[in-house]
Amino acid sequence: MSESSSTPALEMEDVRKVYEVADEEVVALDHADLTVGSDEIVALVGPSGSGKTTLCSIAGGILSPTEGRVVVGGRDISGYSPSELTEFRRDSVGFVFQTVNLIPFLTARENLLVVDEIGSRDRKRAQERADQLLEELGLEDRAGNLPSQLSGGQKQRVAIGRSLMNEPALVLFDEPTSSLDTKLGDQMVRLIREEMKSRGTAAIMVTHDDRITRHADRTVRITDGRISA
Amino acid sequence: MSLALKELRRRPGRFGVATVILTLIAILLMFLGGLLDGLTAGNTGAIRAQQADLIVYSSTSQDSLVRSRIDPEQRRQTRDVDGAGDVGELGSVQLGGRIEGRGRRDLVPIVLFGYGAASRGLPKPPAKPGEAWADDTLKAEGVKQGDVIRVGPARSPVRVIGFVDDTRYAGQSTLWASLGTWRKVQNDNRPDARVGPGVSQALVVQASASDPADLAARIDEATGGSTSSLTEDEAIDALPGVAAQESVFNQIIGLTVLIAIIVVALFFALITVERIGLYGVLKALGADSGRLFAGVLLQAVIVTLIACGIGALAAIALDAVIPVGSIPFIATGGRLAGSTLFLLVAAVIGCAFSLRRVLGVDPATAIGGGQ
Repeated sequence: MSESSSTPALEMEDVRKVYEVADEEVVALDHADLTVGSDEIVALVGPSGSGKTTLCSIAGGILSPTEGRVVVGGRDISGYSPSELTEFRRDSVGFVFQTVNLIPFLTARENLLVVDEIGSRDRKRAQERADQLLEELGLEDRAGNLPSQLSGGQKQRVAIGRSLMNEPALVLFDEPTSSLDTKLGDQMVRLIREEMKSRGTAAIMVTHDDRITRHADRTVRITDGRISA
Repeated sequence: MSLALKELRRRPGRFGVATVILTLIAILLMFLGGLLDGLTAGNTGAIRAQQADLIVYSSTSQDSLVRSRIDPEQRRQTRDVDGAGDVGELGSVQLGGRIEGRGRRDLVPIVLFGYGAASRGLPKPPAKPGEAWADDTLKAEGVKQGDVIRVGPARSPVRVIGFVDDTRYAGQSTLWASLGTWRKVQNDNRPDARVGPGVSQALVVQASASDPADLAARIDEATGGSTSSLTEDEAIDALPGVAAQESVFNQIIGLTVLIAIIVVALFFALITVERIGLYGVLKALGADSGRLFAGVLLQAVIVTLIACGIGALAAIALDAVIPVGSIPFIATGGRLAGSTLFLLVAAVIGCAFSLRRVLGVDPATAIGGGQ
């Protein structure tokens, strides 16, 4: 615990991401440096196309950087192969997607357990953890409901629970309030903060909504692939 | 894997169309296979009933029982070949049969065989002249034990002393009599093709020890090339139309399997396209492509097994309700299992077309496309 609290959740050093589009190079991330503390909540703000999603994808092991070094929870993933990145995502990071993306034919509880299923972990332990998370998120009486039977806020909470199932070092939130109204969005960001802080888990919240940045420990701005604090 | 099973259980409607189409294909496949087996059985039962190592025809007959003539000298030469065990005679005549209680012109096509003790798949030849065992398909014509069937233009009386199973020949019902009875019926009804004492159409040979193919060569050598000795399988293939019939049916069955491959490929390709978002999320969460594809495969296999199960039940039910001797259809366990195996292979091949698409799903699609 003491080691994890001293190790940054994320260290990005001089990271570049360049895409080839029709024989032209498009720089999505330009020499980005970012460090996120072990229990720090960072809001990543920027206009559409600024490189937020690319940064988030690289931090979460979905994309590999063209250049630079990426260390998540002490693991240097810069040179990981696709299969190593798959394993890394399974074990070390959590995702909450913009459109929630719960699996429609699974109940709330099963949506949490799917993380265990794709990783072939300890089923009994996973069930206990899923029940505990659902209780903490106030969803114990909704555990057997399908996503179609849940409200937008409840779905978002299930998605948060799913992101915490693998006890990640870092959770990445992609526009977590985009599908919620202002009041519910505010409640959701408070909940995210409570959940992250109570576990000592770091989080990056990608948003272009300045109103939620007040709940973050720090706001990082990104424009045209360049980071400015 | 359990994700795939849960989807099947909770969204059965999604797989309904594929299940219905595959069920129809399974029924078609099993029906075609059953018809082929029924037709083949109806054409070859008499030869299979010999349970012989070799069937010996005269060399000029082009391996046709009807054209073949074996004289006593050829029979003696065959019997003297080292390795030849029991050697029996076989003769046949195709005639119309008049059955008791039916109209004078209401003839049933019948093949009357004369046979000896070497024909191991049949009961001992009837001891009394004018008696015969009847193939059980004649029951459907109203024939009972003790009935007298009058065969041919001479209306030769043949009394049925019992029934035997699966002995049809050339699609016709059969009567199995002693060689003496056969010769009498043949000569009374076919004066143009009379057979003398000791003459038959073919020999049924049981090998005592040696390899049948080797024995066949030695028999033909011993008879100075006047005979053509065939193994039972070769004799079956030599029956008129059997090989062509199997070839045609197998081509239709092959085409049906091809259609099944296309159906499975199209259906699971569509389902995979619909699931690209879901696969993106699962890959982002750490699922590997192999696990996702295994789920698709499992669903295809289960849908196919359900379809084959329904198809097999339909085939068994059809076999049970079809009156004996009407439609030549047999639902055998081997055929149903074989058809199921064909469709499972088709499902796996069809699914394989979705593999590239599953492999190509980018987890970045889950969080906004990657750029």
